[in-house]
Amino acid sequence: MEMINLTIDKKPVVVKEGTTILEAAAEIGIKVPTLCHMKLHDMGIENKPGGCRVCVVEVEGRRNLAPSCVTKVEEGMVISTSSIRALNARRTVTELILSDHPADCLTCAKSGECELQDLAQELGIREIHYKGEQSQYREDTSPAIIRDVNKCVMCRRCEMMCNEVQTVGVLSAVNRGFDAVVAPAFEMNLDHSVCTYCGQCVAVCPTAALTEVDHTGAVIRALSDPSKTVIVQTAPAVRAALGEEFNMEAGNLVTGKMVSALRQLGFDYIFDTDFAADLTIMEEGTELLNRLSKHLNGDKDVKLPILTSCCPAWVKFFEHQFPDMKEIPSTARSPQQMFGAIAKNYFTEKINVKREDLVVVSIMPCVAKKYESARDEFAHEGNPDVDYAITTRELASLIKLANIEFKSLPEEDFDQPLGESTGAGVIFGATGGVIEAAVRTAYEVYTGKGLEKVDFEELRGMEGIREATIDFDGLDLRIGIAHGLGNARKLLEDIRSGKSNFHAIEIMSCPGGCIGGGGQPYHHGDASVIRKRMEAIYREDANKTIRKSHENPYILKLYEEFLGEPMSEKAHHLLHTAYFDRSNKIES
Amino acid sequence: MTTSHYQLKRVDLIFKNENDWKQILSRSLKRDQTDIVNSLISSELKGRGGAGFPTGLKWKLTAEQEADTRYIICNADEGEPGTFKDREILSQVPLKVLTAMAVCGYVIGATEGFIYLRGEYKFLEKPLNNAIKEFENYCNDIGFHFSIKIFMGSGAYICGEETALMESMEGHRGEPRNKPPYPTNNGYLGKPTVVNNVETLVHTYTIFKYGAKKFKDLGVQYSRGTKLFSISGDTPIPGIYELELGMSLQDFVDEFGDGDTKAVQVGGASGFLVPRKRFAETIIGYKGKLTGISLPTGGSMMLFNSSRSMFNVLNNYLDFFQEESCGQCTPCRVGCQQLLKGIHAVKRGEKHASYLKKLIKLSETMEYTAKCGLGQSVANSFSSIVENFWEEMVF
Ligand SMILES: Cc1cc2nc3c(=O)[nH]c(=O)nc-3n(C[C@H](O)[C@H](O)[C@H](O)COP(=O)(O)O)c2cc1C
Ligand code: SF4
Ligand code: SF4
Ligand code: SF4
Ligand code: SF4
Repeated sequence: MEMINLTIDKKPVVVKEGTTILEAAAEIGIKVPTLCHMKLHDMGIENKPGGCRVCVVEVEGRRNLAPSCVTKVEEGMVISTSSIRALNARRTVTELILSDHPADCLTCAKSGECELQDLAQELGIREIHYKGEQSQYREDTSPAIIRDVNKCVMCRRCEMMCNEVQTVGVLSAVNRGFDAVVAPAFEMNLDHSVCTYCGQCVAVCPTAALTEVDHTGAVIRALSDPSKTVIVQTAPAVRAALGEEFNMEAGNLVTGKMVSALRQLGFDYIFDTDFAADLTIMEEGTELLNRLSKHLNGDKDVKLPILTSCCPAWVKFFEHQFPDMKEIPSTARSPQQMFGAIAKNYFTEKINVKREDLVVVSIMPCVAKKYESARDEFAHEGNPDVDYAITTRELASLIKLANIEFKSLPEEDFDQPLGESTGAGVIFGATGGVIEAAVRTAYEVYTGKGLEKVDFEELRGMEGIREATIDFDGLDLRIGIAHGLGNARKLLEDIRSGKSNFHAIEIMSCPGGCIGGGGQPYHHGDASVIRKRMEAIYREDANKTIRKSHENPYILKLYEEFLGEPMSEKAHHLLHTAYFDRSNKIES
Repeated sequence: MTTSHYQLKRVDLIFKNENDWKQILSRSLKRDQTDIVNSLISSELKGRGGAGFPTGLKWKLTAEQEADTRYIICNADEGEPGTFKDREILSQVPLKVLTAMAVCGYVIGATEGFIYLRGEYKFLEKPLNNAIKEFENYCNDIGFHFSIKIFMGSGAYICGEETALMESMEGHRGEPRNKPPYPTNNGYLGKPTVVNNVETLVHTYTIFKYGAKKFKDLGVQYSRGTKLFSISGDTPIPGIYELELGMSLQDFVDEFGDGDTKAVQVGGASGFLVPRKRFAETIIGYKGKLTGISLPTGGSMMLFNSSRSMFNVLNNYLDFFQEESCGQCTPCRVGCQQLLKGIHAVKRGEKHASYLKKLIKLSETMEYTAKCGLGQSVANSFSSIVENFWEEMVF
């Protein structure tokens, strides 16, 4: 590849052809401010519409300033990133954005995490010289996501995520001129669209134009209601990210501190979604083996591959986009919903509390879980199995609200019986983890032999679509993995066209899996954060004494005392579900 | 008064129809491609739709770009308010345009051409398609493979900008791309593409027919040939006129004014306002040593007499920009709106008159930070109107 010589701020620099001015500057330690640009390294995700014009720089010989994020270097270029014209332009552009922004920072959900706020701070904006008009859009609330469009800066990151990465196609630029904004078609509400609530738009929005629906108030009210028993479950990916909200390095596992914070917040029992993940493996793994053996016996009615079903955004995605294939995914409910069902049917009996007096809160890395918990089929006579699903970020704000010094908290343990889990349950949080957990159990059940090695490295990684074949004692089990709905779409299209020959496929909507979920602490475009969380998840797994779901003693006890066996009638009733054709249905 | 310009001269080249297109086409196809390009270059023809880019050079750059496929697009989006010269060309001499497109295809190695037709010109679609059929039949007869399709525009002014136009043809939202890369390298479907205005193409026809010299003999240095002007406003004789480039605005006003002209907006919303005191020194042509200001893209000339409020004129232009901006880049999306609200705030007395100076600075910043020609050219009308009619803005 050809090398290009240029000068940036009087320093010579040599970079590869095709490098942008922004990247070339970064190589010599010059950080040009940006706003709309976002690059998630290694994930192949980049947003650079060159729209905000914050990163403009002076290129000698050019009449106009050049947006450094999209302008490629050329031989002999002489660039100044801070000429008086560039500085003035950057300030003016930022002031213009601020002139059309409701300056309610003090009470804004994004305060402290807002990239526009950071930019204004970095540029030392103390006055907005040009005032005039502010946009007045209508707010849009859905079961999971709030769009406060007045705060949209037209960076188009959400649009890129929704269209290019997720291929859902809900968000796009609409209107012209001052009214231009990113919105669902015809500026309809999100809940009238095919939005999956994956929250990847929320994860990348630099401002509070897109945020999750806030349930912290409801949780606080439940906690302070003496007539209620309030229990909590925490998803695997949360413990690998929560520390970031308290200025801890990404990749710190804060399981014990999280438990003690929850206890301090006043939850009556601190349980673990990982327990329910083990339960999911029991049900889903059994379903896989059933289907597999029928298939091997030549039963033509049985459909393979089996697809995982623990990601609600993925479920909503195929209900809208591939309803003809709604028989393929496993009928197993997600761990969150299995937990809810067990809590409200089994645990209530155990502690002798009425269903309506038990409040189940879940802490999720996820925005879609809010929507999932509100689905009609997961309620009994109007009382939902899971009352409130809050995100990792919402938990952090509850902890801050309660004046808890998170970093200095002691490490505490989950309560029993719904707090015991295995390494298999933990890895649910990373792409490939669900299927690895399933393989650990299915292998031993199918072959009747013990696994020599529990780690299936071939199923791990960040590649968008992965394939692996596992030797099940002579049977080659072919496994597919996709994360990100765009990748899921590719696999589904292959299944539909008959090209695919997998036995089992894991699908997660968020890039990286739940560790990259829409409810996690903001990564602000730094993909290494997601990688570090992934490493933490596998570390936690490796440190567990029990690493296979079917060896979780409390799971075995649950079957013994209550459920009978996997796929029993009771299990079916409480732990499985059905899917709907939503191709024509726009919900209200 | 300068002597280096022409007196106002009406010309009749563009609409003159001698029905000789078959002859011009077959003759051109026998010429060497570089010969055609060189003669276009020596004619010094500059684009009549955009920033006045030399047409010969544009064809040359596109031809030289390595690629398996190239395209020629005729820009007939004509969205500038008050201009309808391209419409007239396509109604009266469509075959001249088609011939020019085919010759361009021959020169650059394109076998497909497109006419991006303004949505409001739907009524032209059928007659144009008839002309295309006749034209393609003839091409077939002489064994030249070239096809032309009409693409109906969506009614947005910004889609006339060449890269927004291509985005729109590709089925995306009509939004300008970052440049570079230019369409000559990376145009429609990522292939090298020539985008030319309807009128530009007719001028190439004139050059194919009469040779570069005859074209170059018209006009003045830097501004060769003739141009169609859409003349409107306070004039007793509005309409479309073909005039030789290089006349002084004074001569123009003497011919078309109503005797009370106080200012002329040269080049429509994205052009400049010239006040009476500068009529004599202003030469109508492309930017260059001899000409005072750069030429109007679409050739719109709007005359204002002393009864007009220049505040209203500016208000209308800003309103137009504010609505027609595609909205993707900050300086233009927010800038246009704040300029508009700003002049009203001054007019209402909510802001001191000195705020206008800040607004001029803002428009200048928009000029060198906006993504495309729309946002970049707002400063033209804004500062020329505000500076020349300060009192009208304030009181
Ligand atoms: C906002 C905007 C609108 C434009 N509209 C038109 C148009 O309607 N017709 C046109 O020929 N060129 C239009 N242009 C210029 C085109 O981008 C392009 O430069 C031109 O078609 C090139 O043709 P030419 O070289 O023959 O002039 C517009 C440019 C801008 C920035
Ligand atoms: S939540 Fe997901 S599907 Fe819905 S708009 Fe955002 S990115 Fe698109
Ligand atoms: S909603 Fe957020 S992410 Fe989407 S364009 Fe607006 S500011 Fe950007
Ligand atoms: S991948 Fe995880 S975080 Fe993302 S939508 Fe699915 S369940 Fe939620
Ligand atoms: S200058 Fe205006 S019209 Fe051009 S790209 Fe920017 S917002 Fe769109």
